[in-house]
Amino acid sequence: MSNAPLHVALVGNPNAGKTSIFNLLTGMNQKVGNFPGVTMDKISGTFRENGAAANVIDLPGTYSIYPRSMDERVVFDVLSDKNAHDFPDKIVVIADASNLERNLLLFSEIQDLGLPTILVLSMLDVANRSGLNIDLRALEEEFNTTVLTVNGRTGEGIPELKKTLFEDLSGSTELFYDINELSPEIIPVIKDKFALENDYVAYQYAQQTYSKSFLSNDEKKFIADKKVQYNFCDRQFQTTETVERYKIIRDKLTRIVTKTDLESTATRNHKIDKILTHKIYGYLIFFVILFALFQSIFAWAEPFMDYIDFGFAKLSSWAKTYLPAGVLTDLIAEGIIPGLGGVVIFIPQIALLFAFIAILEESGYMARVVFLMDKIMRKFGLNGKSVVPLISGVACAIPAIMAARNIESWKDRIITIFVTPFMSCSARLPVYAILIALVIPNDYVFGILSVQGLALMALYLIGFLGAIFSALLLKKILKMKEQSYFIMELPIYRWPKWKNVWITIFSKSKTFVFEAGKIILAISIILWVLASYGPGEAFDHAEQRVVEQNPTVGIGSQEFDALLSAYKLENSYAGVLGKSIEPCIRPLGYDWKIGIALITSFAAREVFVGTIATIYSVGSDVEDESTIKDKLRAEINPYTGKPMYSIALGVSLMLFYAFAMQCMSTLAVVYRETKSWKWPLLQLIYMSAVAYIFAFIAYQLLK
Amino acid sequence: MQSVAQLRPGEKGIVNNFTNEYISLKLLEMGVLPGTEVEMRFAAPLGDPICIRVSGYDLSLRLEEAATITLS
Repeated sequence: MSNAPLHVALVGNPNAGKTSIFNLLTGMNQKVGNFPGVTMDKISGTFRENGAAANVIDLPGTYSIYPRSMDERVVFDVLSDKNAHDFPDKIVVIADASNLERNLLLFSEIQDLGLPTILVLSMLDVANRSGLNIDLRALEEEFNTTVLTVNGRTGEGIPELKKTLFEDLSGSTELFYDINELSPEIIPVIKDKFALENDYVAYQYAQQTYSKSFLSNDEKKFIADKKVQYNFCDRQFQTTETVERYKIIRDKLTRIVTKTDLESTATRNHKIDKILTHKIYGYLIFFVILFALFQSIFAWAEPFMDYIDFGFAKLSSWAKTYLPAGVLTDLIAEGIIPGLGGVVIFIPQIALLFAFIAILEESGYMARVVFLMDKIMRKFGLNGKSVVPLISGVACAIPAIMAARNIESWKDRIITIFVTPFMSCSARLPVYAILIALVIPNDYVFGILSVQGLALMALYLIGFLGAIFSALLLKKILKMKEQSYFIMELPIYRWPKWKNVWITIFSKSKTFVFEAGKIILAISIILWVLASYGPGEAFDHAEQRVVEQNPTVGIGSQEFDALLSAYKLENSYAGVLGKSIEPCIRPLGYDWKIGIALITSFAAREVFVGTIATIYSVGSDVEDESTIKDKLRAEINPYTGKPMYSIALGVSLMLFYAFAMQCMSTLAVVYRETKSWKWPLLQLIYMSAVAYIFAFIAYQLLK
Repeated sequence: MQSVAQLRPGEKGIVNNFTNEYISLKLLEMGVLPGTEVEMRFAAPLGDPICIRVSGYDLSLRLEEAATITLS
C-alpha cells in the first residue's frame, strides 16, 4: 500500500449529530473547497492515527440518496463516481439512535452501493433516556455491518472509530433490498456500458440520470433511451423501493430495539414548543432574539472593528515610511493594505453572526423560526427556509446566498437568492453612518429615541421591504410549474455544543476572508491604478499645475499635498470617468466627485467612504472621521451656492446605497450558485434601476 | 375520506394512502408510510404549517401537504 491518505465520507440525516462527529474527528484541520464540476462547497478535514493520514469529507445531511436540494445532490455524486480522485474508501453512516428506523433507510441505501460502511450510532444517551433499549450485537448481525457508538458531546467512542477506519472492512456483497425485482433488464445494460460492478449503483444511474454531474450528455441520452425501452418508471420504482426498505427495517428492528419507558424527551420537547411556537410569545421571542442579533452585530462588534481599522491604517503608514518609495510601495500602502483591511474589518460581524446562527441551529430553534415564518414568507413567493438567508444577509450577502442551498424548490431558491442583497449588509453601514451624521439632526424624540438612530433603522427596514416586495414581483413574473413544498423535521431541543460553535465561527470566517478577499483585493488594485494614473498632460504635470493655481501654498506642506492629491484624482482615469457620468447622475443631485465614489463603490460599497475622503483631499487620514465630516459640510454646491450635502442629497445617496447592487463579490457568488450570468445581470440591472428611481424621487421631492 | 389536515391537536390517525405522487415520495422517505400512526401536535401561530408526530419524531408540513395524506 502506498502512503496515500485514506478517504472517508460522513453521511447521515440532518440533525443526526454528523457535524459534531466531523468536528471531533478533524478539529480545526478543516477546509472548504469546491467539488470539480459541482457548484458546491466541500467541507473536508484531516486526522492522523498512528502516523497514517485520513481525509474526511462531510457530506450534506440527507434522508435518502435521492436528492431534493442542491445540497443533497452532491451525496450520490460523491459516492458513485469511482473515477474521482477523492472517491471514498470508507463510508461512515451516522444514525441518531433515538430515531433508528428513519436513519436506517439511508444506511440501507448506502450499504447497497457496495462500499465498506461503518454504522455509527449517536445520541444513544438520549435514546436510553426516552426508554429505548438497543441491542448493538443484534444490530450488527441483522444489518451485516460494524456498529460503533459515539457521544458527540464527550467524544467518547472517537478513538475506536479512528482505529476501525484503518481496519479492513469488506463491503456488503448482498443487497439489502434487491432492486432487480423492479427492473431486471436495464441494470446489466448500464453495468456493461459504464463498467460498473454494483447493481444498485447501476440502478441509481437510471434513477438519477439528470442530476449526475459527471455524466456527459451522450451518456445521459443513452440511459434515457434505455429507460424508455425497458419501461423504467422512476417514481413508481422509488415508491416501491422505499416502502419495501422500511418493511425490512421495521421487521429487523423488532429483534433489536425494546421499549421500556414513555417518551420523556418528547414530552419535555413538546412543552418548550408550546411556548416557542405560541401565537403571541412565539413571535415575541423571535423578535427579541432578532433584536439581540442586531445589537450584537452593531454594538458588540464595533470596538473590534475599530481596532482592526486602526491596525490596518498603522500598517499602511508603516509601509509608506519604511518601504523604499516607489510605485510598488504605493500599491501596497494605498491599494493592497486598505483593500485587505476592507475585508478583515468585517470579521467581527461575520463571526458574531455565525455564532448566533450556529447557536440557533444547534439548539433546534432555527427550525422553529422557519416553521413560524413559512406562512408569511409564502405570501411573498418565498419559503420558511428563506428566513435564514435573509437574516444572514444583514451581515453579508455572500454566505447568505450560499445558505439558500437547502431550499428544495428551485423557484423559491432563485427568488431568495435574487432578493437577499436588498438586506442591508454590513458594508452599507459605514456609508449610512457618515451620511446620517451629515444630514440628519442629532435630536431626540420623546427624549429617548435618537432621530439618527431611527433613520438608521428606517434604512434597514427599507432594505427588508425592498427584498420582500421584489420577491412578490418575481413571484408574479416567474412562470414556473414547480411544486413548492415544505416538509421538514423539527429536531428536539438541546444545548449547543460550544466546540461546534467555535469551529463554525472559525471556518466560516476563514472562508469569507479567502473567498471574498480574493475578489476585493483584485478590485482594490484596479481601483488604485485607475485613481493613481491619468490620461494626458493634465495628470503628468500635476505638481506644476497645482503650484500655478495656488502660488501661496508652500510645496511639500500638508495643505499642498492635500491639494495635489485632489488635483490628481480629478484628472485620473477615475476622475475622467466620474466627469463622464455626471450628466447621468445630475438629476439625483450628485456631482462628478460623488460620481467617482459611485463608480469605485460599484465594486464594493464600503469603498465609498474612502473615496470620498480622498476626493475631498483629506489625504490618507481616513481615521479622523470629523475631518471628513467637516470637509463635507464645508462643500458648496456650485450650482446653488448652498451646502452640497443637503438633506435632499443625503437621502438620495442613502436610498441609492440601500438599493443598488454594488458588490462584485455578490454577483460572482450568484453566478456560481445559479451557474448562469442571466441572474446576476438581471439583479444588477434591476437593483440599479430601483436605486436610481428612488434616489431621483427623493432628491426631486426634497430639494 | 379524512386527511391529516383535518386532525385536531392531540388527535391520532393511521395513514392509508397519498393523493400526490411527488409529495408522497418525500413523505415516505421521512417515515410516513401507509399503516403508520400519526398524531397532530400543534399548528404554527397562523394556523399553517402544522407539526405532526410520526415514527418517533416531530415533522412539520403545510396544510396543503397534510391534505394529501389520507387516513383509514
